[in-house]
Amino acid sequence: MSYRVIGSAVLRKEVAGKVAGTADYVDDLKLPGMWHGITVRSTIARGRIRNITFEPGVPWDEFTVVTANDIPGKNIVSLIVEDQPYLASDTINHAYEPILLLAHPNKYLLEKARSLVKIDYETLPAIFDVDTALQSEHVIKRYLMEKGDVDAAWSQAAHIFEGEYSTGAQEQLYIEPNGMIATFDHKYGVTVRGSMQCPYYIHKSLMPLFDLPAEKIRVIQQETGGAFGGKEEYPSMIAGHAALLAWKSGHPVKLIYDREEDMAATTKRHPSRTRHKTAVAEDGTLLAMDIEFVIDGGAYATLSAVVLSRGTIHAAGPYRCSNVRVRSTAVITNSPPHGAFRGFGAPQSIFALERHMDRIARGLNLAPEVFRERNLLHTGDTTATGQTIHQTLDLPGLQKRALTHASYCAKKASFRELNKTSAVKKGIGFATFFHGAGFTGSGERYLQSVANLRVTSEGKVQILCSMTEMGQGTNTVLTQVAAEMLNIPYEWVTILRPDTALVPNSGPTVASRTTMIIGKLVENASKVLKNKLGLPAEYTCEQFAAACAQHGAQEISVQYQEPGAIYWDDQKYRGDAYGAYSWAVYVAEVSVDTLTGETCVDHFTALQEVGRVLHPILAAGQIEGGVLQGIGFALYEKVQFRDGAMVNNQMTNYIVPTSMDVPAISVLFEEVPYEHGALGAKGIGELPMDGPAPAILNAIEDALGVSFNHVPLLPEEILERCEG
Amino acid sequence: MTETPVTLTVNGISYTVTVPPMKRLLDVLREDLSLTGTKEGCGEGECGACSVMLDGLLVNSCLVPVKQVDGSQIETIESADLDAIQQAFAETGAAQCGICTPGMILAAQELLNHTPHPTREQIREGLAGNICRCTGYQKIFDAVELVSLRNA
Repeated sequence: MSYRVIGSAVLRKEVAGKVAGTADYVDDLKLPGMWHGITVRSTIARGRIRNITFEPGVPWDEFTVVTANDIPGKNIVSLIVEDQPYLASDTINHAYEPILLLAHPNKYLLEKARSLVKIDYETLPAIFDVDTALQSEHVIKRYLMEKGDVDAAWSQAAHIFEGEYSTGAQEQLYIEPNGMIATFDHKYGVTVRGSMQCPYYIHKSLMPLFDLPAEKIRVIQQETGGAFGGKEEYPSMIAGHAALLAWKSGHPVKLIYDREEDMAATTKRHPSRTRHKTAVAEDGTLLAMDIEFVIDGGAYATLSAVVLSRGTIHAAGPYRCSNVRVRSTAVITNSPPHGAFRGFGAPQSIFALERHMDRIARGLNLAPEVFRERNLLHTGDTTATGQTIHQTLDLPGLQKRALTHASYCAKKASFRELNKTSAVKKGIGFATFFHGAGFTGSGERYLQSVANLRVTSEGKVQILCSMTEMGQGTNTVLTQVAAEMLNIPYEWVTILRPDTALVPNSGPTVASRTTMIIGKLVENASKVLKNKLGLPAEYTCEQFAAACAQHGAQEISVQYQEPGAIYWDDQKYRGDAYGAYSWAVYVAEVSVDTLTGETCVDHFTALQEVGRVLHPILAAGQIEGGVLQGIGFALYEKVQFRDGAMVNNQMTNYIVPTSMDVPAISVLFEEVPYEHGALGAKGIGELPMDGPAPAILNAIEDALGVSFNHVPLLPEEILERCEG
Repeated sequence: MTETPVTLTVNGISYTVTVPPMKRLLDVLREDLSLTGTKEGCGEGECGACSVMLDGLLVNSCLVPVKQVDGSQIETIESADLDAIQQAFAETGAAQCGICTPGMILAAQELLNHTPHPTREQIREGLAGNICRCTGYQKIFDAVELVSLRNA
């Protein structure tokens, strides 16, 4: 089947405003009578508030001050577990915990005022490490995922391999810091607008905060300058704070974080530790995988249970193994809560697995590609959750294609020669992995997402859904799907920016679900619309416009339907974990300077099977951006904590890759259409975050013959080991 | 703080504002002149989102006290002279979330002013002061190459 709009590089829908500088991000807005807000936060990790004083130095009578005592409804950020307050009233559980809010018309006075709020604390002992948390049962969630009988397999094994791997926290570092503007009106209630991924999460959380019904809370997305998961849950906090200040002051209040506050106070990727014990037969067949996966959730539950879930399900990777056990735990510490970041637990457990697979191959004296190939999943095999792969899958073929493209074998041999005489050692390594798209298990069924399609009598179509554009391409891809399905020009279709007063709840913009799940809803709505308009199988866009004129304006609403029978047992963690998986093989080529310890990624090959590619430029852009974030995760981005607080919370000393650090990236797609995704598409956004870190560390081991099992891996650690 | 008059020519138009002398050029542009296309990413000269041209040189406007540039010529993303680069950014997919884009476009312009036909390596170096978290830079390099090609 050939397509008109799908697969073509149409211009990004909202691009004109972005290149002209006229796109309206929240900090660009000024409302009449608007004040500015600021947050006063704890300077200790755990303790009690004894007393708060306002020292002289600013005209305090001009300020609006909000404390926990002012909150009209429930002092809880509603998400999964109701444990996190909007403002601490007595107990402090982490550094930078919000305690008090200030608003004033002059934003330049606020910083001074914040410094004059003196909080007297009684400090209490805090926990900052995973082992102490585990020993003292400070646990948010545990999972036990079992397939077969792991313990019975050890005696059959020719070899047993063990390893421990860990990953650090990572900051999303969207370039637009978090921000919200709130207004309050007795008749209409609360309105907040700002930078966000999930308008309906904010909506859900503001209702109990103000004890107001749904129709009196309105959440509007502004242009959003990057998110990567970092604007999934924390914006509910900021929106609540801005709204409380607006409610009490009677003015619109703008609350924008500066970079330091954003980095120190908002969520980051969960640090993790994974232990593997693996039984292998003489010929390299995997017999049993026993995996222990622990993540640090920080001080409140937030999304940790769900991050843990995804990390758990991905922990055994795309391999065939009859006996698998994953025991996983999210612990509570006194760090600021860790949260969503592209990949959502999978980059952590996949890092461990793909390093471990190289370790086993080395132990067996097999090439890593040969060892993997013996164990890769094929169509008809079952994953660690017992999910049968029904889709056409040729993972060995993908691996071969990626390695061939990267000239893997030839390079490996030539590097070995080169390294004999050079202080700069070269290496090549890869990772083979998968990423489940959409919500886990029954998640999509519970969400019951809705999307609407509106058409005018002139034949102009508008998509209404709550999926946000944050740079990843929602606007473009969803309008492409509608234009394709309705056989009308791309320019005839627009998409409304999410506003909870105007769009239905299509669930959150997370989990690589926008294209696959909501795109499918747009596809289905288009079919319904075509039928309603009585259009023949083939028609022109003029005929479409004529049919619209005849039938008048219409609005179609469609709801998510589960594709066939998806079986999932939430208790035992068995069944169909995801509707579909995307598959990938990433190859990294590195140079390690043994005099400076510096690693340079010289070339990167990213081959993936993501179903049909709907927009070649946007899809490649997702991969390239994700790969570079993965390179940062592997080699640069170290969050330094002291007493549970990030101390390098500046772009000066939290280093992300620049244009000088990015290698040439070859992006290759294998297109195997997925019948239940929009026009054959599966999820793409998170996948590229999973592979770079293990591929790079595998390449570094190839270069140096030294095994590193922690990211980020900084030059000083390499030097230390090479000298030692 | 004492306020002082400062005169700036921004995108060819002369403005006089009365502001504290240490007010950041970034804030004067955004707040006093309502030119909000220039963005704040970090406030410490690391990310380049606030890049503008100051008398023909690329600067981070978050690091410039406005009194220091009294009488200067400033060019921002709102300038009428950036069409070719803006068009190339749109076509190649160089703008994703868009927040680094204005600064990146000005950095590209400065590079192309000095080096109309840069190599890939020169582009990498020329844009190294501007952080993009979305694209992995490949499409931004493509955009600059496209402008160079069209100017051939």
